[in-house]
Amino acid sequence: MGCPCGHDGSGLERYLQPLQEVLAKYPSEERYLVPILQDAQEAYGYLPQEVLREVAVKLNISFSKVYGVATFYTQFHLQPRGKNVIKVCTGTACHVRGAGEVLKAIEEELGIQSGQTTPDLEFTLETVACIGACGLAPVIMINDDTHGRLTKSSVKTVLEGYKNQSGGGVVA
Amino acid sequence: MKSLSEFREMKKAISDRLLSERQDGKPRIIIGMGTCGIAAGAREILRAVQSQVESRKLDLAISQTGCIGMCQYEPLMDVEMPNGQRITYGGVTAADIPRIISEHVLNGKVVEELAIASYGEGVGNVPSYSELGFFQKQHRLALANCGRIDPESIDEYIANGGYGACVKTLTEMTPEEVIAEVKQAGLRGRGGAGFPTGLKWELTRKTPSDKKYLICNADEGDPGAFMDRSLLEGDPHLVIEGMIIGAYAIGADEGYIYVRAEYPLAIKRLETALTQAREYGFLGENIFGSGFNFDLHIKKGAGAFVCGEETALMASIEGKRGMPRPKPPFPSVSGLWGKPTNINNVETFGNVAHILRGGAEQYRSIGTETSTGTKVFALTGKIANTGLVEVPMGMSLREVIYDIGGGLSAGAELKAVQIGGPSGGCIPVHLLDLPIDYESLQEVGAMMGSGGMVVMDQGTCMVDVARFFLKFTQNESCGKCTPCREGTMRMLEILDRICSGEGEEGDLELLEDLGRHIRETSLCQLGGSAPNPVLSTLHYFRDEYEAHIKEKRCPANVCAGMSAPYQIDTAACVGCGACVRICPTGAISGERRQPHSIDADACVICGACAAKCPVHAIAQGA
Repeated sequence: MGCPCGHDGSGLERYLQPLQEVLAKYPSEERYLVPILQDAQEAYGYLPQEVLREVAVKLNISFSKVYGVATFYTQFHLQPRGKNVIKVCTGTACHVRGAGEVLKAIEEELGIQSGQTTPDLEFTLETVACIGACGLAPVIMINDDTHGRLTKSSVKTVLEGYKNQSGGGVVA
Repeated sequence: MKSLSEFREMKKAISDRLLSERQDGKPRIIIGMGTCGIAAGAREILRAVQSQVESRKLDLAISQTGCIGMCQYEPLMDVEMPNGQRITYGGVTAADIPRIISEHVLNGKVVEELAIASYGEGVGNVPSYSELGFFQKQHRLALANCGRIDPESIDEYIANGGYGACVKTLTEMTPEEVIAEVKQAGLRGRGGAGFPTGLKWELTRKTPSDKKYLICNADEGDPGAFMDRSLLEGDPHLVIEGMIIGAYAIGADEGYIYVRAEYPLAIKRLETALTQAREYGFLGENIFGSGFNFDLHIKKGAGAFVCGEETALMASIEGKRGMPRPKPPFPSVSGLWGKPTNINNVETFGNVAHILRGGAEQYRSIGTETSTGTKVFALTGKIANTGLVEVPMGMSLREVIYDIGGGLSAGAELKAVQIGGPSGGCIPVHLLDLPIDYESLQEVGAMMGSGGMVVMDQGTCMVDVARFFLKFTQNESCGKCTPCREGTMRMLEILDRICSGEGEEGDLELLEDLGRHIRETSLCQLGGSAPNPVLSTLHYFRDEYEAHIKEKRCPANVCAGMSAPYQIDTAACVGCGACVRICPTGAISGERRQPHSIDADACVICGACAAKCPVHAIAQGA
């Protein structure tokens, strides 16, 4: 992906190559800002400052506007993220059925708190308000897979399935 | 395709083909593959079936369907025999598959202890769907196809009557006639506020413009609500058909479906459905030779609850921060990119095709005079049958909870029902016979909202519940207007204090005062409805608030820091030591076979000892 510091010219150019591929898919209009940021985050795992600046230049809008949008939506992240993103649902139904214990078990297992990423960039842990699978509470999502009816011990088995995976996507 | 008769020919050809496929003598296995089903292990079931098919060289068809609403029985699997008999199995594990295949698929003998229901007549001890309490009182309109058809097959949708209303509308009705029909049907917005849909369409229709937009709001963000996800996953074409009819009525040629990014399966199924609808000519240029053009885009949300508010949603589509703006101008006059825009919720669009198919009068016959049709509710919390239910408007809460929901979970006693999520309110037991319609709910301080229905028992602290919802809306406040940004923060601080035993005299009056001001002065409905959970619990459960403040006591023993430590009844204690071993803080001591005691200072009130005690000698002190 090139030099992530992006300070020398050719390194920056190489670094921004994945972004250019994203930008090429969309007309240079403000209306495509959110999908561009979504795709860019998909490519980089997060939204580095260099990427946001380049997006602003290409769409001909101010950097502050891009920054404003990137920080408004909870989906966007300005810091590197883990390869596997764990979302623990703390919605009403999950709250009532023991989401707190599940969260604690994951925190202990990974050695990080909610909102943090493991040092090896394997896992990011966060809480969300509602995944919409209330019938299976308590529920977590790992990447695009939903796991339900969890207990302190079963959640550890689920996590095992994602450790040392090259691609992440384990089938539920 | 240019006329209704041509469409009918096509439908007949599709139905005949599907029927001949069914009559190939092969048994069919249909697996429920909604998000809930997959999370409960539907993919393992699918793999187990596939491996059986391979290893035993079986000749059977495997297909998938969406969610039928019986969440507590997931994963669900249907077996349909060549004679048309279709049985649903619930709580299936991979280990059950060889047996179901040996006994049922190969020998025609239903595995009764795993079977839940039968389509059509009951079989042996297996009841028919219509005999199940869960379905008996339901009226499935929007959800009619969910859990029955393959959501990734447009042919199955058409064979079940799909797109007929859309073709009839475009070829035989004027936009004005469509609007009149929807107005006559009395359809009101299912997203929460209940604005008449036909009137909304008419306003957008009447605004002159070279360009108009139609938007489907699928940014379902209320904790405890998942009907829009289920509908999009289980029957995406129904929503698309409703949108085509709506676009024709208002004169829009472009539409958006704004879906939460947290619903990847719904997005995938929508993408598949849109591709199919374009192939069949339901979307695109000059649809059915009517001269009407319409196409749809999917827009993925980026995680902001406030984007469920229509002006914020439009700002988000425009690539801006999703912040609401003052109304008027209403979207029907100036919406997306300043053009007249009509926004309806997923479930609202899910009703449109049914109205045009059966006519306004038939639709009106369901529900009440002012709230016509049905409403889908997500039943969750301490209830026996968790799931998605669709009932005629005007049904009483009692019927929904006891007749359909099967009453409360074992041992639980009903205390309140929370309706409408963070915008709604808590309804106490004595109002259980309240009919569910827009006006009745409003009168008791709740609202229809998106249809989340959380059942709460005596173990739920109403102050804690109010704090939970307010914390949610506070966190999701976009920060644009002061009453919502600052006011909800101040309310939350007061609730935090009350819950940690530091409540003061006058706090309740202050909460009410703040709540009223926030409700009246907020820019949008997120702030305008944020105080509802607090105000409604203050109204019906004031004694609980007062116990927290005056007696420093949480009657439900939920609020940490103000619950009484556990005590051992020395007369009942047999000295077995089970509590000593389970206590995480080592607070319990005592000689073997002698009564034990708990050090009140070391007790963290986790309740583990009370749960473990074989003679029930441990309880919280007064």
